[in-house]
Amino acid sequence: MTGSRTGITRRSFGTMAAAAALAAPATLRAQGRARLVVVGGGFGGASAARFARVQYPQLDVTLIEPKDKFITCPYGNLILAGRRTLPQITHAYDGLVKRGVNHVRDAAVAIDPSARTVHLAGGQSIAYDKLILSPGIAIRWGGIAGYDEAAAQTFPHAWLGADGAQITLLRRQLEEMPDGGVVGLAIPPNPFRCPPGPYERISMVASYLKKAKPKSKILALDAKDQFSKQGLFQDGWKELYGDMVEWVPLGKDGKVVRVDLKEKVFETEFGNKHKVDVGNVIPPQSAARIAIDAGLTNESGWVPVNTRTFEALKAPHIHVIGDATLATPMPKSGYIANTTAKQAVAAAAAALEGKPVPADPIYYNTCFSHVGDDYGISVINIFRPTDTGFQDTPGGVSPRGPLAERREQRRLEALHADTWYASITQDAFS
Amino acid sequence: MKVAHPRCARGSSPLLAGVALLAGAVASPSSAQSPEPPPLIAQGCIGCHGQAGAGGGTVPKIAGYNRDVFIAQWKAFRDKQRPATIMDRVATGYTDAEVALLADYFSKLK
Repeated sequence: MTGSRTGITRRSFGTMAAAAALAAPATLRAQGRARLVVVGGGFGGASAARFARVQYPQLDVTLIEPKDKFITCPYGNLILAGRRTLPQITHAYDGLVKRGVNHVRDAAVAIDPSARTVHLAGGQSIAYDKLILSPGIAIRWGGIAGYDEAAAQTFPHAWLGADGAQITLLRRQLEEMPDGGVVGLAIPPNPFRCPPGPYERISMVASYLKKAKPKSKILALDAKDQFSKQGLFQDGWKELYGDMVEWVPLGKDGKVVRVDLKEKVFETEFGNKHKVDVGNVIPPQSAARIAIDAGLTNESGWVPVNTRTFEALKAPHIHVIGDATLATPMPKSGYIANTTAKQAVAAAAAALEGKPVPADPIYYNTCFSHVGDDYGISVINIFRPTDTGFQDTPGGVSPRGPLAERREQRRLEALHADTWYASITQDAFS
Repeated sequence: MKVAHPRCARGSSPLLAGVALLAGAVASPSSAQSPEPPPLIAQGCIGCHGQAGAGGGTVPKIAGYNRDVFIAQWKAFRDKQRPATIMDRVATGYTDAEVALLADYFSKLK
């Protein structure tokens, strides 16, 4: 979803909304049908829209998403390894349109929870009976000193799919870097989108460098002391890349607090300055702007939700799913967005029909990561709601062990990951 | 009823898509009613096993899997008696009642 500020204050919004209601017949309501509106066409929103059309054909389903296609962050790291191209991770919305989803190609800029309308950038207002809000994340510009929006042209974050420009830029920078260069990564504290993502990125960059520029180094500066699938990643880095990767935890001054674009320096907490040739800053994050402006977030910057319906605690009739939610210990992942989307839609549909919310839901996640060619690892979690949060039944991580013992395990997991990608993108976009 | 392969559903006519959807749902005894939707807990499976359990690549098809075999193999995964790359870890997270529900559902798919 759009992360840009629009300058609409709550007061001016009220006036504008009233004017819009008087001025234009802006709603898309089909006569007599309950209106399910979905904001955001990523893993959460697209899955929700598709599922709603399949399971509840009686609902009128509108998807508000300005783009005509979605570039996935999952498998974006494989572009850095030279193993995927941008078209291979791009998905159009015409499948959803063929299923009867009304795709409104505009940006949602504001929500009026009491009027139950979504205000669009182009001036239109769309009314909803139930809203599925899946807007993703916003980057906290300035969270690292010197890292504002313009800085992303020097040090790409490539942490928003958007139009693919960021991941393409990062790949180009790697291609242009001479052998023996240093690739720096700044990795944020929890919670952030895709916990193993930065470490798969390290792996895929290492995979490219080992083949193309083997004298190069990767310096990973982390604001954390531990990370997802850490043992497996570090085993893999040692096995495949020798001593190419240096990971610096928080406790060893790993937290990046400032960047210097001109000198190409990452500065850490205790004043150490690290010169990099290519720099990837994965910045601190929050829920997307639209969720904050609608008053749905708490002081954490994320949206607290009902664990069984995903209704925002701060607004009825708005079901928030995906990375924008405050749903720890559930990771911010595409698979979680996809599985929770189903329960959110089912809960919304149940409420519209006066039926009980489906009981005993399961929110499922397998997180695959590519460590090298033919080398995949995973972590599996099965979550269930409680009254106060989400309970984790950890399925666990892939078994550790040297390649001599685990070669087939790693090879198969890499292939299962490819199938996962095909299956889940079909489930969201086809 | 012949099922359009999920991958072929992309770009197909709405009618074919409808056929694929109906085939993917549990059939109800009364032909006049719309079929029962799949249990929500089956949705976690489709991320890897595909829509309507059709599988793909290295991930097996589970549509049409014999119900009793499904339950027995799930237990074997859970008890670490059956070689697995993923399923031994998945199997720990579901109750016996849920496994029976999944086995029922997938066994009825084509």
